[in-house]
Amino acid sequence: MQQNENTQWGTFLRGLWAENPILVMVLGMCPTMAVTNTAINSLAMGLATLAVLIGSSVLVSLFRKVIPAQVRITTYIVIIATFVTIIDFFLAAMAPAVHKELGAFIALIVVNCIILGRAEAFAARNGVWLSFLDALGMGLGFTLSLMCIGVIREVLGSGSLFSIPLFGKGFEPWVIMVLPPGGFLVLGFLLLGVNRLKYRPQGAATGRIHKHDKI
Amino acid sequence: MSELFWIFFSTLLVNNFTLAYFLGLCPFLGVSGKLETALRLGLANIFVMLITSLSAWLLNTFILPYAPYLRLISFIIVIASTVQLVEMAIKKLSPDLFRALGVFLPLITTNCAILGLALFQTNKGYGLIEGLVYALGGGGGVTLALVLMAGIREETRLMDIPKLIEGTALNLIIAGLLSMAFMGFAGLFSTI
Repeated sequence: MQQNENTQWGTFLRGLWAENPILVMVLGMCPTMAVTNTAINSLAMGLATLAVLIGSSVLVSLFRKVIPAQVRITTYIVIIATFVTIIDFFLAAMAPAVHKELGAFIALIVVNCIILGRAEAFAARNGVWLSFLDALGMGLGFTLSLMCIGVIREVLGSGSLFSIPLFGKGFEPWVIMVLPPGGFLVLGFLLLGVNRLKYRPQGAATGRIHKHDKI
Repeated sequence: MSELFWIFFSTLLVNNFTLAYFLGLCPFLGVSGKLETALRLGLANIFVMLITSLSAWLLNTFILPYAPYLRLISFIIVIASTVQLVEMAIKKLSPDLFRALGVFLPLITTNCAILGLALFQTNKGYGLIEGLVYALGGGGGVTLALVLMAGIREETRLMDIPKLIEGTALNLIIAGLLSMAFMGFAGLFSTI
């Protein structure tokens, strides 16, 4: 029982740090950077992805014994596309402002590698409960990393957080941070920081970081 | 005519899919190690984009008005089958290239640039010709970014780089600088 609980916790926690989809596995880059120019957009994107991830992981896990191996990728994609369509319509109805802001990037959750990756690597091989935990952990890890990028970009780029101004009038916004290059730069330096944390101090001299990544 | 010209150059340079919209970053960071491979993946991308654009137009015109909720699903299925086709063609024509592209060839399916193209084209209400020009510009832009990135990365391999920043962190920072350089093109059209 103890062992079992450990596995469950491990499955859940892995997505948050050890196999964090953005900071460690570097997956799902495209929506990650396109919408992280403000904290609120990042949060919305993270939660939308979390919902799709949980839905598709659970469904794939439920049907894992029925889906033939040859057409599994296509099946996963169709399942994912279905959930994304649901979320898309849901957001359009419940939060039109956010939906407008995120635009086509909600639809682009379909091609977020994280979701297909988890379906293939985890949900297709594990039971429903574990798949749910895995999806929850990964989704939260994704959301937190998005928030991290979003907060940095918004604070530096607009001098505000969740649209609340932080600094006085004297603050000159770093406009570059809310523009596309800012996304690349912030994530680049975040990864640098993560490398520093993971490989200190002896690893810093030897470790090439992303060699062991699975796709 | 000038309209088409504008669509082409604005997607190629100003609204570059990779550097301004962050689409297709996985191959951009993954396959940009070698110039040769990057170029060919770019060309495969252009091809898939052209077919996708055509199919998206067909779907938009004839089928989707009756079933708008099928939009995403039908797009992604069209893309998946096109990629399958390209994969078979490349495997037959150039086994070397097939090996070099490896897993990134089937991954074109989950390349956001392709689905993004279909969606943006729909949102902007482009017709058939405009869509094809848009695909050509978008694909050309992705190829351009891939090739530039690969060129720079081939150079960085010869340099003495701190181990800590090597790999994705460095690539992202290079991409940031490239993207900054491409922002310069934004002035291209306001001055004409």
